[in-house]
Amino acid sequence: MTKKSGPAGWQEITTGCVVLRSGSASEYHTGTWRSQRPVWNDQKCIKCGICYIFCPEGCVSQTEDGYFKANLDYCKGCGICAHECWPRAIAMVEEG
Amino acid sequence: MAKRVGMEVALAVAEAVGQCNIDMAAVYPITPQSHIGEHLSDLVADGKIDAEFVTVESEHSAISAIIGASGTGARVYTATSSQGLMLMHEILPIASAMRLPLVMGIANRAVSGPLNILNDHSDIMPQRDSGWISIFVENGQEAIDVSIQAFKIAEHKDVNLPVCVNIDGFQLTHMVEPVEFPDQELVDKFLPPRVPFASLHPSNPVTMGAFAMSDYFTEILKAKDEALKNSKKTILAVWDEWAKMFGRTYKPVETYKADGAEILLLTMGSMGETAEIAIDELRAKGMAVGLVKLRLWRPFPFAEIKEVLKKAKKVLVTDRAVSFGGPGGPVCGEIKAALYNEAERPAIYSYIIGLGGRDVTVGDFTSMIDKVNREEVNTDTYEFLGVRE
Repeated sequence: MTKKSGPAGWQEITTGCVVLRSGSASEYHTGTWRSQRPVWNDQKCIKCGICYIFCPEGCVSQTEDGYFKANLDYCKGCGICAHECWPRAIAMVEEG
Repeated sequence: MAKRVGMEVALAVAEAVGQCNIDMAAVYPITPQSHIGEHLSDLVADGKIDAEFVTVESEHSAISAIIGASGTGARVYTATSSQGLMLMHEILPIASAMRLPLVMGIANRAVSGPLNILNDHSDIMPQRDSGWISIFVENGQEAIDVSIQAFKIAEHKDVNLPVCVNIDGFQLTHMVEPVEFPDQELVDKFLPPRVPFASLHPSNPVTMGAFAMSDYFTEILKAKDEALKNSKKTILAVWDEWAKMFGRTYKPVETYKADGAEILLLTMGSMGETAEIAIDELRAKGMAVGLVKLRLWRPFPFAEIKEVLKKAKKVLVTDRAVSFGGPGGPVCGEIKAALYNEAERPAIYSYIIGLGGRDVTVGDFTSMIDKVNREEVNTDTYEFLGVRE
């Protein structure tokens, strides 16, 4: 699991569990859930961006040269990008 | 001077809520609650109070809408009954977990099936563990007073929890009773504007109702339990302040002729007044009987109930709902649990009464007490009063 800096005991829980700091969800690295990761083959990629559109985590981004990559801090390895990629440029590779 | 009028209790509740400087209400009509929502809607439409009245499409939406509004820091109200409360059920524990100070009037009514619109407590009992403060009232005046007090309790900085006010459907909601409305000036003094601990605003974003997994879930629920238990201090302080300002006293456990009583009858809600007459009759005949009225259902007043009940020889607990296949009456089950660790404790008898609006008369109360006195009923079971064999 990602190391988190949350309340230690129940007495430190904020009233109503309200998170008083905005944007803190980005500190939760859901990438630790992943068992497979997407690997792009830029030889096959036609830069259509369908992986970017379909990624439910919003963690796929376009690089300066127009190809795509996933932010592995947040990619859960769901494989939707690989499933949708019709030139079959994305392979799901076992972690570890 | 406080205004004394004769008024239908449901309308009086709406008038009382109208005195509380609410910002928003969302109510969906359901018998026997509808008159509360209708009258509150009138007050808004006629410009008598400055609030938004949201006409929602269901009770699920009503409770969800007031949660959202409460999150922005608004003072909010809803009211419902029976199936409407059951439809809200999913949202109730979310409101208390988010520590949002909502106030809800419940015109208690039997839950289907079979379909029945009349009074019992089978709608509130399934909501028992939702983390709400739950208070029962006995007459029109109490319905007014507690509806106003509920905002102060709910919004107190040490509480921040939703409060429901249980008002027996028809038996109370549809009675025309002499009631006294407190002066607006005094209500304003008693109930200053809400100061939220956090609120939803674009200039200072916060997250309410966030996700929590097993690593924090236990701590969060422990914090909620402590908050509800701790709310009793504030409830007592608010009732103390009310007594000083308005002269009417409220206690978690009320008693009537309970001093020196060997048999105590326990009721919740509007039947307390009928039970008082039964106690008077039996006292006149020389029987050492008394009445205990449980006003505060959650947080459960363990200390107060033990103090009152432990001196009696026998306690007759009446329930207006059934925990099917369980201990019989949910109230009786809790009373037994509260007394289990006492060295000296009374024998406890359980009666289920007044289901689906079935009348419970003075004679019914005296005959129940008489049976308990003669030990014609057992402590290890429960009776359905007057059930036809």
